[in-house]
Amino acid sequence: MNALDARAISFAYGARQALRDVSFSLAPGRFAALLGPNGAGKSTLIALLTRLYDLQGGDIHVGGHSLREAPREALRQLGVVFQQSTLDLDLSVEQNLRYHAALHGLSRRETGLRVEAELERQTLGERRREKVRELNGGHRRRVEIARALLHQPRLLLLDEASVGLDPASRLALNQHVRTLCREQGLSVLWTTHLLDEVQADDALMILHQGRLVASGQLDTLLHEQGGDLGGLFARLTRAEVAA
Amino acid sequence: MNAYWQCFSGIVLREWLRFVLQRTRFLSALVRPLLWLLVFAAGFRAALGISVIEPYDTYIPYEVYIIPGLACMILLFNGMQGSLAMVYDREMGSMRVLLTSPLPRTFLLCSKLLATSLISLLQVYGFLAIAWVYGVQPPAMGLLVALPALLLVALMLSALGLLLSNAIRQLENFAGVMNFVIFPLFFLSSALYPLWKMRDSSEWLYWLCAVNPFTHAVELVRFALYERFAGLALLVCLGLTGVFTLLAVLTFNPQHAALRKKG
Repeated sequence: MNALDARAISFAYGARQALRDVSFSLAPGRFAALLGPNGAGKSTLIALLTRLYDLQGGDIHVGGHSLREAPREALRQLGVVFQQSTLDLDLSVEQNLRYHAALHGLSRRETGLRVEAELERQTLGERRREKVRELNGGHRRRVEIARALLHQPRLLLLDEASVGLDPASRLALNQHVRTLCREQGLSVLWTTHLLDEVQADDALMILHQGRLVASGQLDTLLHEQGGDLGGLFARLTRAEVAA
Repeated sequence: MNAYWQCFSGIVLREWLRFVLQRTRFLSALVRPLLWLLVFAAGFRAALGISVIEPYDTYIPYEVYIIPGLACMILLFNGMQGSLAMVYDREMGSMRVLLTSPLPRTFLLCSKLLATSLISLLQVYGFLAIAWVYGVQPPAMGLLVALPALLLVALMLSALGLLLSNAIRQLENFAGVMNFVIFPLFFLSSALYPLWKMRDSSEWLYWLCAVNPFTHAVELVRFALYERFAGLALLVCLGLTGVFTLLAVLTFNPQHAALRKKG
């Protein structure tokens, strides 16, 4: 069963079409990169995947559960790190995690165990009592990842999670998520507009002007179409503009 | 059921922690009603004589009269501010987290409204404590009886705030809320003057005040503070809380806010 199935998603803001017939799948344990220039429709897609917006056309299945028909089950399978930080800056790391666990209805005992485990896994144990405000950007992102994984989702969605980080933190974050993906069998959807965050064996999707203009494993796509990712990306996005 | 309780208590705990950590916000919320009490009421004391009216058993100074209205004013400001933040960007980040909970959205929104209302009560009782020291001392038991009344009013005003923020595009900033919601609700009510005084000057203004939900909120609290039962006000507040909450939940949709921005 796929971790994520997006089937013929369309969405419009009034007369402006933001997504047109977008379909893709994500297998368990895969790292998928969703690339697209600004305004490509990535944020709209994330809003639909997280049920912030209601689906207009098509359907999304998370872990086999339809967002339309079984939204609660679907959301249970989904962990999200949003583009803009959604942590309470004045609360401690642990308080932020406990709040999230409560939102997912976890018992206090279970919460204690999972918070402990996630802090350990993200190497944040010593920072648990620090206010989030006191952490640097990279650590804040780790807290958000720990939070997103507390309820043990099958799919982790990161929306431009590396924006605002320095190059070293950006690389560390990317590698950290890949490790989680490899070791925990977690599926990851990583949206970005930075090409160097994508690796050859990643599943790649390129979104442009609301359409999915490329989908497949990066090295396969490059083998078929030639050139490098930068060339492919420029060609596909320019071609659409010209069309 | 346990999941719902865990979720609700988590939301309340978060509001409590934010309240404790942002003490300056708490204190600044007290400045407004205290100015009304210590400056406005003192100034108008001589000009506005209050005759014996229910629920008071005797002549009262003006400061005593306006206490329930000022308590409700705290709830009005908090309710509008909190609800506006739920719809627009300031808290959109934390609202996004809230909405990724697998529990029903209706439950999440009602929990949030109830949690912010409970925290508002702390501010009201902070204000009542200062008023007590200042010399406005309702019966001690009345302070307890007023608790459910204040909670109901807080819920009603928060739900109204959320409903208005959902429905009206022009309320995107707090200035709009002040001009078109808070001031009319507050001044066209029995918060600052008894309705019979209003009737003396204008019949139609009197009727506007009489149908204003805020008037019923103030009267419910006024009567409760003096251990009296205001049946009509209670019915109106209960009914409106139900209607406002239902409509607010039905119309809450972050997509609408996004469509307004992009549209």
